[in-house]
Amino acid sequence: MGWTKQFFNSSIGKKFAMALSALFLLIFLLQHFAINVTSVFSEATFNGISHFMGTNPLIQFVIQPILLFGIVFHFVMGFVLEFKNKNSREVNYAMNKGSANSSWMSRNMIYSGLVILLFMGVHFYDFWIPELTFKYVEINPSDPNRYHHELLEKFHDPIRVGIYCLAFILLALHLLHGFQSSFQSMGVNHRKYTPTIRKLGNAYAILIPFGFIFIALFHYINSL
Amino acid sequence: MNLTLKVWRQKNSQEKGQLETYQVKNISTDSSFLEMMDILNEQLVNEGKEPVAFDHDCREGICGMCSLFINGEAHGPGEEITTCQLHMREFKDGETIHIEPWRAKAFPVIKDLVVDRGAFDRIMSAGGFISVNTSGNTQDANAIPVPKEDADMAMDAATCIGCGACVATCKNASAMLFVSAKVSQFALLPQGKVEAAERAQNMVSQMDEEGFGNCTNTGACEVECPKGISIENIARMNREYLSSSFK
Ligand code: SF4
Ligand code: FES
Repeated sequence: MGWTKQFFNSSIGKKFAMALSALFLLIFLLQHFAINVTSVFSEATFNGISHFMGTNPLIQFVIQPILLFGIVFHFVMGFVLEFKNKNSREVNYAMNKGSANSSWMSRNMIYSGLVILLFMGVHFYDFWIPELTFKYVEINPSDPNRYHHELLEKFHDPIRVGIYCLAFILLALHLLHGFQSSFQSMGVNHRKYTPTIRKLGNAYAILIPFGFIFIALFHYINSL
Repeated sequence: MNLTLKVWRQKNSQEKGQLETYQVKNISTDSSFLEMMDILNEQLVNEGKEPVAFDHDCREGICGMCSLFINGEAHGPGEEITTCQLHMREFKDGETIHIEPWRAKAFPVIKDLVVDRGAFDRIMSAGGFISVNTSGNTQDANAIPVPKEDADMAMDAATCIGCGACVATCKNASAMLFVSAKVSQFALLPQGKVEAAERAQNMVSQMDEEGFGNCTNTGACEVECPKGISIENIARMNREYLSSSFK
């Protein structure tokens, strides 16, 4: 067995892979946020960047598949690990005080993850599938000015805005544990810099999801 | 104090067990938890019933034998203590106390509250040692200088008594705190560095074979560990394992 196969079959290898995909998704989310936030103050900038992202072949045919792989991998691995971990204790305790020694977020990553997965379904249905249909199925002529108003259309519906807000709250909870946890999994833990990683993680976990909530609410309120 | 005990009773590893309820009366707040268990057993013997089997040996927090999951916590309430160091003053008169064995697929119940922690022994045999000949030609300990910080960290890791509370408390029944303490204790010292890569590989693969779950960094283990072993050790083991995979 080659060392890579052995590594990724081991418990620590799986942890490492999980953390690596998490860090990749954290970077992706940050850039996604940076683009979305421009929709609040400049229609032209948002359209410009969206058009670039949607038509650049490197992004479309190299980065996008990698991203999809990262997302699918993180979810599938999450389920595989959860299943294995559940199996490692056949009889449960009659009484177990989890809150005495760990945070709710850390014990319920699978549930916050599931909500995020459902949200991804809604999100793909809202944006990604129409986008692909527009470009590659219907083969419409490219229109560099369509993005901003397509975005606003989605945020007219209070139910959809509600789902978005709820999902981002769960994402915040997921990241409150996940951010620093991914560093720990990769072996990065030191008295000197771990407190800084934790602070950075907490800031990211609050600012980014609530930033997305702000964008959704901003467009919704403007549509009223 | 008078107490109601809900104790896990199980005849052997094959049969299914269940919680049984017992009453104990006039327990001194100064007695230890295990003394209270002794009183319960005396009572059961006098009634002609089978006493409750539970593990214990030194009763002073050094051997790692005692292993009870009390009221939903490994080694019960209190910080950095083993079950044998727990006293009845931590409980209230009239309280109901749940007493269960460590629960993990890799720690099968042998009888009542006694579990088989042989998995830890097998992990240790896989690499938890230094292969040097110590018969009559041992070197002076001070001949090899060790940085104070490393010596302290190795010493902290070496205080692990192999009780298994980390596994019992982990929602994934993961043994990573235990294994990482052992990996670290050697990896930090010059004598242990020689076999560090091999050790990390062998101990981790034995750990995986035993059927322990995977760590998800909840940190519950370090809170319940009677010796306060830090999850910094798990991060070190992750590094050791990662770097040894490239060798
Ligand atoms: S790490 Fe702590 S809880 Fe785990 S076996 Fe060692 S002493 Fe017990
Ligand atoms: S009996 Fe030895 S540590 Fe508790």
